[in-house]
Amino acid sequence: MTALLGILRKEFFHIRRDRRTATVLVAIPLVQVLIFGYAIRTDVDDVRLAIVDPAPSHVTQSMRDRLAATGIFRIVAVLPRLEDLDPLFQSGAAQQAIAFGHDFATDIGRNEPAQLLIITDATEPNTGSLLQAYAEAAIQQYVATELPGSPGARIVPTIRMRFNPTRASSNLFVPGLMAFVLTIISALMTAVTLTREKETGTMETLLVSPLRPWDIIAGKVLPYLVVGVLSMLLVLTAARLVFNVPLRGSIPLLLFEGALYIFVSLAFGILISSRTSSQRLAMMGTFLTTLLPNVLLSGFIFPLESMPAPLRAISFAVPGRWFVVIARGIMLKGIGLEHLWRETLFLAVLATVLLTASVHSFKERLE
Amino acid sequence: MSDAAIAASNLTRTFGRFTAVDHISFEVSSGEVFGFLGANGAGKTTAIRMLIGVLSPSGGTARVAGYDVATESESIKRNIGYMSQRFSLYEDLTPRENIRLYGGIYGLSLAQIRTRTDGMLQRLGLGHAADQAVRSLPLGWRQKLAFSVALLHEPRIVFLDEPTSGVDPITRRQFWELIYEAAAGGTTVLVTTHYMDEAEYCDRISIMVAGRIAAIGTPADLKREYRVRTIDELFVQLARPDAAGHRSAPP
Repeated sequence: MTALLGILRKEFFHIRRDRRTATVLVAIPLVQVLIFGYAIRTDVDDVRLAIVDPAPSHVTQSMRDRLAATGIFRIVAVLPRLEDLDPLFQSGAAQQAIAFGHDFATDIGRNEPAQLLIITDATEPNTGSLLQAYAEAAIQQYVATELPGSPGARIVPTIRMRFNPTRASSNLFVPGLMAFVLTIISALMTAVTLTREKETGTMETLLVSPLRPWDIIAGKVLPYLVVGVLSMLLVLTAARLVFNVPLRGSIPLLLFEGALYIFVSLAFGILISSRTSSQRLAMMGTFLTTLLPNVLLSGFIFPLESMPAPLRAISFAVPGRWFVVIARGIMLKGIGLEHLWRETLFLAVLATVLLTASVHSFKERLE
Repeated sequence: MSDAAIAASNLTRTFGRFTAVDHISFEVSSGEVFGFLGANGAGKTTAIRMLIGVLSPSGGTARVAGYDVATESESIKRNIGYMSQRFSLYEDLTPRENIRLYGGIYGLSLAQIRTRTDGMLQRLGLGHAADQAVRSLPLGWRQKLAFSVALLHEPRIVFLDEPTSGVDPITRRQFWELIYEAAAGGTTVLVTTHYMDEAEYCDRISIMVAGRIAAIGTPADLKREYRVRTIDELFVQLARPDAAGHRSAPP
């Protein structure tokens, strides 16, 4: 126990005395986000659409068919009441909803303005705007082709954005930014500091000492877990003060999920360091296997909905994807574990498997 | 026999089809300064890694401080000190912090660490630099400090892997004084070196060639046996038979 405390102390000395790295750790993510942040616009398909039809008629039915026939929308539910929508949005089962007014068919028949409500999940602002535009276009087309004989017929859509009504980019980016910062701190710092110890020779001395592999790994994992959680708090505070990003869910839950994600990244870093012999290789390895996938395939910058199927399939194996879903869910939707347990379970299993594997590969080197 | 600090018998290690250490057998008694010589790639480091319990042998047995290297490496690790070829201290920590770190790793109490730290710093004449980063100390001092830290937990045996490479002659001599001091206190020392004058300082030496021990004995005996004037000549004769006669630069 005193041995472990000793190497923990030492690791904090390293962190405290390496100011340059600490500065870089904070500067990189901020700069990256500013550069990448606003330049992305892409198409979407397979939109999960819910329909609210309080008074089904041949008019609403033909319109539903019409929407489904576009190939863009997939109707996931038809509900009688508007209130039933909430759980669908919160679980992510629906990204968009079209709610017909009670007198929709009657109004069309009388050539009066017919009421229609379009609700869109704007957690990802770009995707949200696109979905909105698609839905409106599909409705206009319906009017033009299906109701040519009634020139006075008009459909008046009302628009509502869920979760992120102003579609502020910062709301989208802060959860992703958090994933990015945590990946850098956890994966990169462990990979680099472990290989540094290999390079300088201190690792050899630790291996010859009575310390067990778990001690050495814990000596790396725990300090960076602390640093990771602190920087997460830093990002959250900045997001709140500067961008006024909402934090609707539970903060302890968010920190817990962050810690899980940090464990996963730390384990990646240890695995990389056990396969590389120099700091430079470790850095490249981390960029290629951890940072890049976590940035590109997590939905942090590029919406997963607009990716080709193979890439989307790969994204399921990217831990950042799950953390981004969790962080956005907690911060923007205010949802809890009841909706996020799958993602949480995935991270927990991954963390356990990877940490065990990293201790193993650490031991293997000695055989 | 039973009081041998190190006893290897047919110790062997293969990597794939390559045999790095090929059935070596030797004994080192307590308090002895044993020189472990050999050209680069002769298998010295592999042999040492097996003896310190970080590499498992492919064949043969070895006991270090009475413990079996194959099955009791944890006990061995508690009873030996080790100083690697590369610098083994943390350069961004101060001498005091390094001592405290290794003291903790080897399970010393804080009180023990405190008294040994003061004693060590005084003995090395490092009192004035106790709280500045190790990085800023001259290489010679760093090596002496690393050696003292390797002895901090008073191990029965200390392994030194090229402890004096890149150190100036005066510091090398001071370093060897520290080695003798440790040996006089009963610590067994196994040291590898590329400096043949240092080989002459050892009680006994072994010379490894291509994974085998080609010669073993006291420097005086070996010189008589092989009819050479210096260990340097003997080394060249054994390690590079073709180069013997027209003396080339030592490896």
